[in-house]
Amino acid sequence: MTTTERSTETAVMTSAAAMNSALDVAMAADDKIILLGEDIAEPTGGVFKVSKGLSTKYGVERVRSTPIAEQAIVGTAVGLALGGYRAVAEIMFFDFIAVCMDQVVNHAAKFRYMTGGATPTPITVRTVVGSSRFGAQHAQSLEAWFMHTPGINVVMPSSPADAKGLLAACLESEDPCLYIEHISLAYSKKEEVPTGHYSIPLGQANVLRPGRDVTLVTYGPQVPVVEQAAEELAAKGIEAEVIDLRTLVPLDFDTVLSSVERTRRAVIVHEATQFCGPGAEISSRIHEELFNELIAPVQRVGSDYSPVPFSSALSGYPTVAKIVSSVEELM
Amino acid sequence: MSEQTLSHTTTTDAGSIPDTDVLEQMYRLMVTTTLADNRSTQEAKAGRLQAAFYPVRGMEAVCAALGAVLTPQDRLVSTYRNLGDALAKGVTLRSIMAELYGRIDGTSKGKGGPMHLHDTAVGFMATTGIVGSGLPIAVGLALANQLDGGGAATVVTFGDAATSIGAYHEAMNFAALWKLPIVFICQNNQWGEHTPIAEYAPSVELAKRASAYSMPAERVDGFDALATMHAIETAVERARRNDGPTFLECVTYRLTGHSGTADFSYVPRDELGAAMQRDPAPTFRSWLIDRGLTTAERIEALDREAEAYVLDAFQFAENSPLPHEDELFTDVFADDTWVRSVK
Repeated sequence: MTTTERSTETAVMTSAAAMNSALDVAMAADDKIILLGEDIAEPTGGVFKVSKGLSTKYGVERVRSTPIAEQAIVGTAVGLALGGYRAVAEIMFFDFIAVCMDQVVNHAAKFRYMTGGATPTPITVRTVVGSSRFGAQHAQSLEAWFMHTPGINVVMPSSPADAKGLLAACLESEDPCLYIEHISLAYSKKEEVPTGHYSIPLGQANVLRPGRDVTLVTYGPQVPVVEQAAEELAAKGIEAEVIDLRTLVPLDFDTVLSSVERTRRAVIVHEATQFCGPGAEISSRIHEELFNELIAPVQRVGSDYSPVPFSSALSGYPTVAKIVSSVEELM
Repeated sequence: MSEQTLSHTTTTDAGSIPDTDVLEQMYRLMVTTTLADNRSTQEAKAGRLQAAFYPVRGMEAVCAALGAVLTPQDRLVSTYRNLGDALAKGVTLRSIMAELYGRIDGTSKGKGGPMHLHDTAVGFMATTGIVGSGLPIAVGLALANQLDGGGAATVVTFGDAATSIGAYHEAMNFAALWKLPIVFICQNNQWGEHTPIAEYAPSVELAKRASAYSMPAERVDGFDALATMHAIETAVERARRNDGPTFLECVTYRLTGHSGTADFSYVPRDELGAAMQRDPAPTFRSWLIDRGLTTAERIEALDREAEAYVLDAFQFAENSPLPHEDELFTDVFADDTWVRSVK
């Protein structure tokens, strides 16, 4: 990508349309961008329609439907990167990444390091997570696995504009990126999104709501849940600051720490399992840096320690009530 | 050919015989590989190398054949058993050995180790320590080449045991489906670490598997340098013409243990003895002289050249500095600022 000008025109889009727009703009500007994934070409255009229309526009050479073979999809993306291309590998559901874990964590993430900087493999792996509609093998939030692997950026947008800006940043990154989309956000929310080139730097958290009493740190699908909790807390006279991390690697500790330094209380909320989840690292960092400033220990609200259950009668996900209750315990 | 015939054949006059300079280049590569391999094993046993070394003894003829056919424009993806492949592609022994010693002058500044050699300037693209994982990566390189308009070959080497992993089958399927300019070269040394091939594969003729993917395949005597060279040439030319992939099984025998320091007593003595009769460099040397293709004096000169080259490389590696501790945080990402902030 050489385009650096920001688009001034906008249109109302869903996250799915915003991601499609990011891919479209990037593919138009850079013919080295190749998409790989199951069913991504027409007529399907991807099972979530993120690549809809792109194979018609750019050809099936560049928007390449593959066999169901995740190791080869990501491995091919890595090889394309070694050959000077920018591949976007679509892994239909996050859970399926276990099938190609070797290529993601042993190859894409480590090639730059293992070769002393000589062969970076800047691929983007796009994947989808969320909801228990399909049961335990189509729902798990696995971002902590990748945060724990040096060498790969981990990105998780929460809105259509961020979905476009962050995907564009992944496509421009010199490093491999794991870009995690949330199924419940793909079509639910619409907002104004720049139609042309638009990218948001990786590693910059977004303060969605200012507040003086407590910092709520979250990302991805829990953003709307946390925003609702902040509304309820406001009604109770508790002003919560809400931070959307947007990227987990690089993680914007500066924004988190400067917020907590003011509010002196923090709750971290995520859909990944709470035990050994991303919140553990963030909480620990806050304690290490701000122990003397804290009024109360940092709290976490993550998913309960179980596989994601199928029945809607069961759910371990964070809820508004759990978040509100956690904050009230701190006050 | 079958395993039964392995110990009874020698280097043949298969196909046309290349020019003397090509033959001498092949011999030089074989003897250099053997000498460097033996020395590396000694160094590993003496505890002077940080890690085990994975010998390529027995595969020298296949490596020499690769060296005779491939140009720097062709790309090679190799494995952790890579010394001969790296030399064949033109990587300097100095940079290979410095990497073995974990030194700053190694191909990866000492951060990769022997399992992660590379030199993209000569088309030696990657080596992996995960058995079979190089095949899909090579598929991506071949796809890049096809999209670029073709004209070069991507070659991936791997041992016989790599044919057991799913990545192998996925890569074969992609390559055949998309008619990619790739050559799969199985350096069949008949051992998967400590397990003989017959104990992990229902059919030991691995080339037969290619038919499942409608892919042209050939099984060749990997001790026969010329036969192997001609087979590689045919496959590489097919790739360069953009006529699709080839699977090539080069049947050799591992003349040492799995690693340079491992126990080797599990290998049947009669099998090993028969294979040692066909040790590639001495076999090729005898054939060259017997056929009058070169002289004993010329061979002696090549031997001395190789000895000096290997000696120099080890001295260079031993004298190369260790990486500065600051290197720990470079090359994790393109920009190391964030890495240094989290440590």
